[in-house]
Amino acid sequence: MIPKQNLGRIAYLVCCVLIFAFLIAPILVIVPLSFNAEPYFTFTEGMVRLEAEAYSLRWYRQIIQDEVWTRALGNSLIIGIAATALATALGTLAALGLSSPAMPGRRFAMGLLISPMVTPVIISAAGMFFFFSNLGLAQTHLGLILAHAALGTPFVVITVTATLSAFDTNLTRAAASLGAGPLRTFRRVQLPLIAPGVISGALFAFATSFDEVVVVLFMGSVEQRTIPRQMWAGIREQISPAILAVATFLIAFAVLLLLAVEWLRRRAT
Amino acid sequence: MKPKTDIKISVLRPRLRAAGLVLPLLAFIGITFIAPLGTMLIRSIYDPVVADALPETLDLLSQWDGTGTPDEAVYAALARELRKAYEERTLGRVAGRVNRVHAGLRSVMTRSVRRLRSMDEGPGRDAMIGIDAAWGNVQTWHAIRSAGARFTSRHYLNALDLQRLPDGAIASQPAERRIYLSLLWRTLVVSLTITGLCLLLGYPIAHLIAHASARVSNLLLILVLVPFWTSLLVRTTSWIVLLQKQGVLNSLLVSLGLIGDDGRIAMVYNMTGTLVAMTHVLLPFMILPLYSIMRAIPPTQMRAASSLGASPFQAFWRVYWPQTLPGVGAGSLLVFILAIGYYITPALVGGSSGQLISNMIAYHMQTSLNWSLAAALGGILFVCVVALYLFYDRLVGIERMRLG
Repeated sequence: MIPKQNLGRIAYLVCCVLIFAFLIAPILVIVPLSFNAEPYFTFTEGMVRLEAEAYSLRWYRQIIQDEVWTRALGNSLIIGIAATALATALGTLAALGLSSPAMPGRRFAMGLLISPMVTPVIISAAGMFFFFSNLGLAQTHLGLILAHAALGTPFVVITVTATLSAFDTNLTRAAASLGAGPLRTFRRVQLPLIAPGVISGALFAFATSFDEVVVVLFMGSVEQRTIPRQMWAGIREQISPAILAVATFLIAFAVLLLLAVEWLRRRAT
Repeated sequence: MKPKTDIKISVLRPRLRAAGLVLPLLAFIGITFIAPLGTMLIRSIYDPVVADALPETLDLLSQWDGTGTPDEAVYAALARELRKAYEERTLGRVAGRVNRVHAGLRSVMTRSVRRLRSMDEGPGRDAMIGIDAAWGNVQTWHAIRSAGARFTSRHYLNALDLQRLPDGAIASQPAERRIYLSLLWRTLVVSLTITGLCLLLGYPIAHLIAHASARVSNLLLILVLVPFWTSLLVRTTSWIVLLQKQGVLNSLLVSLGLIGDDGRIAMVYNMTGTLVAMTHVLLPFMILPLYSIMRAIPPTQMRAASSLGASPFQAFWRVYWPQTLPGVGAGSLLVFILAIGYYITPALVGGSSGQLISNMIAYHMQTSLNWSLAAALGGILFVCVVALYLFYDRLVGIERMRLG
């Protein structure tokens, strides 16, 4: 006979296991199905019996050879890297200013700078579509880079401000008293110490751009199709198992990003 | 005098330096984000297309008493300006706007222009009514006058299922045109349901992670963070794969004999799909704030409570739960805010019954091309979200938002 107390504990653990299953089931299902030899979205009998013929790399071959996907990857990388560079540079500078107690209107400026993260993306995308069309920047790579940079800056501002709050300002004063100018102090003293925050901010900004679909949907033409945009088209039209191969790549990429950010977080504290 | 200015400079310089560092980003966000947002909000109350195309007609109409058909001069002006709009290729946009005020007038205007083009002058009232009987209808002229206003509250009224009657009073739309209030209501109910589901599923998980040993807790945290970092489209795709009729879950149920092959359950492309996929997407946003609050609660408190004679439920309800309320508040508010503005997941897995307000904005942006109405719906959603965020900022502080 199990004591009543343990019964409660067991029920609680079973619930937790089920919730964790809910959390990761979608990912656990996608990865094996992407190796399906058949064009189905279910586990074939052969897959269940772990027969080698039931598995294949055909969907991976298909996406590597398909120009649509390679072009989408190129677009995603160009837009993502350029937007990240812009967001990281502007965001880090702003975070340095915002962390200074002398900054006038700090709270208001912070609210304004974080607003792109807060606003529902459908509203941002609609507004950007109207505005960028008037400037002739809709349906250009530059337009998307600027838009994605705007959406990514709040993440840089937040992570760098958080790192700077732990920064000992005596260090910059010491550097200045030893004769270093402001630029030199920043480069040699401050930047190396806040680098983990800057890099994780950059990773957040890149992930934001790399996963962004609504702005691309509104503002991009076929020339600017990114990976998420291509997946969107695939899901809307007819899902091909090739999408699962792309999804598996993206999952692997997400795990890498996550490990990098966690590693940086540990280094920062 | 001199020392005083020195003090001034020593106070001013750090302020200027800080402001100078923030300024580039402020300018960038101002141009790429605030200005677009502003133009969108302006579009919801300002529309010059009809006013620019029919200035003389509208000027003459402003003296019309609004009861009988207008003067001869109004007919002549309208005929002239419609011809001009046709030549300048703005007629389609003008007719489209008038049509939104009074359905059916688009075709009346385009049909009439075809006949008017063969005439150089006029024609008068009777000839116009001869071309189309609608020109003898008082409603037509009210519609033109209403569409001709540069600044209008019409789109916001529309977005709230209201309309302005010709006498200026505000009234409900006819029943068949009332869709937006029920959609707003549905968005609210769905968001609250998702928030509740996230709390229900997130609370035990956060508790487990917060009070496990360091190694286990790190491992479990990774299980929460992997879906958090995984592309939204990947997660949405996988819910389609899992839940669709020929999908994994249905096939499993069929092979277990729980349902027949013809009894496969529709779990996606409807409200169920929206609820399941959105709860999954937003769950980490509930778990993470709960976890950081719970981690600070010493487990000895619960032991103390039970040693003082509290049942496990009492100990939880009287000691543990009240201390987690800040986390519950922060997590719920965040999930709710994200849910009411959600677009991608409902668009992909919601079918027709699982659409939310954002999807209607996208519909008016891309399909009906009624951009003013899209802007007004966006304006309403924006105000709701900003109000909730200000509340969130009070409660938690926006810059302390945990990002994975």
